[in-house]
Amino acid sequence: MTPDPYFFIVIFCGVAVIFPLMPLALAWLWRRVFQPPRPGPAKNATYECGVESIGEARVQFQSQYYLYCIIFLIFDVEAIFLVPFAVAFTGLPMGAFIAILVFLLLLIEGLVWAWSKGCLDWAKAR
Amino acid sequence: MSDPVDQGLRSELQKQGIWVTSTQELYNWGRRNSIWPLQFGLACCAIEMIATAASRYDLARFGGEVFRPSPRQADLMIVAGTVTKKMAPQIVRLYNQMPDPKYVISMGACAISGGPFKQGYNVLKGIDRYIPVDVYIPGCPPRPEALLHAFMELQRKIDAQKLTGQGKASFLDSTQPSEFPVPAFGAHDLEPPSNPDLFRPPVMERT
Repeated sequence: MTPDPYFFIVIFCGVAVIFPLMPLALAWLWRRVFQPPRPGPAKNATYECGVESIGEARVQFQSQYYLYCIIFLIFDVEAIFLVPFAVAFTGLPMGAFIAILVFLLLLIEGLVWAWSKGCLDWAKAR
Repeated sequence: MSDPVDQGLRSELQKQGIWVTSTQELYNWGRRNSIWPLQFGLACCAIEMIATAASRYDLARFGGEVFRPSPRQADLMIVAGTVTKKMAPQIVRLYNQMPDPKYVISMGACAISGGPFKQGYNVLKGIDRYIPVDVYIPGCPPRPEALLHAFMELQRKIDAQKLTGQGKASFLDSTQPSEFPVPAFGAHDLEPPSNPDLFRPPVMERT
């Protein structure tokens, strides 16, 4: 009689459960039998390279930072487009020049908009 | 080391391919071959410590190459270098944050007694004033071989620690202190200047 092919999955699951549980159980037993826990305020304190920790670990970043990054990214990409344009400038037709002007205008328009929105003020008065 | 199994019987069985051991022996064997040091150095001794861990001297042969950047995972604190009074509270705090069982190697003249800087106003005259030291290594700085020797001495010490009974290791005893008071900066010196429960200055006897 051949066992059900899915029976091996049951065995696999059993091993997968027992394998991590065994060391945990052993550690628990060890603690009960041999090594009683000896916690203390210094031992349980937050590890801060040996210095006593000050304040909360939770820090909030301003969303301003994110806006700055986005604006920087736009002008970074602009530079990538402008450099090849400048290199090939003499060999380009009039249409290419107008196209790049439109491209620049769009970005400058965006900058003006962001500026007027106050995105470039680093420390915004609340 | 007291042996629960007769030595003759044990070697006889070993010849037949049967290895007899005890929980204590197995436990100590595992611990002594996986001493993970805390990764921190204080002064020039730390350079020797780095050399010991690197390929030429190869601390990995003794199972101690895994320098942990967090005290939570470390078993051994190698106090390698001059301990300034500014640094002493941090070291004691790090020692306190290490889980049991933990050991300390006092490496070099400075960590033992302040060494050549003993007269300095800002130098702690030995880390054993605040934390219990297991192995002292003299030298300025000690050579990597000396640190390896200290490692082997520590392994011998761990091997001799008892799991149960009267003389069991102190970290297994819940009545023993697991942390030591962290000194604070006083007006002129660290307060207290030493842990009176731990440190007894040597008394000179004139005869």
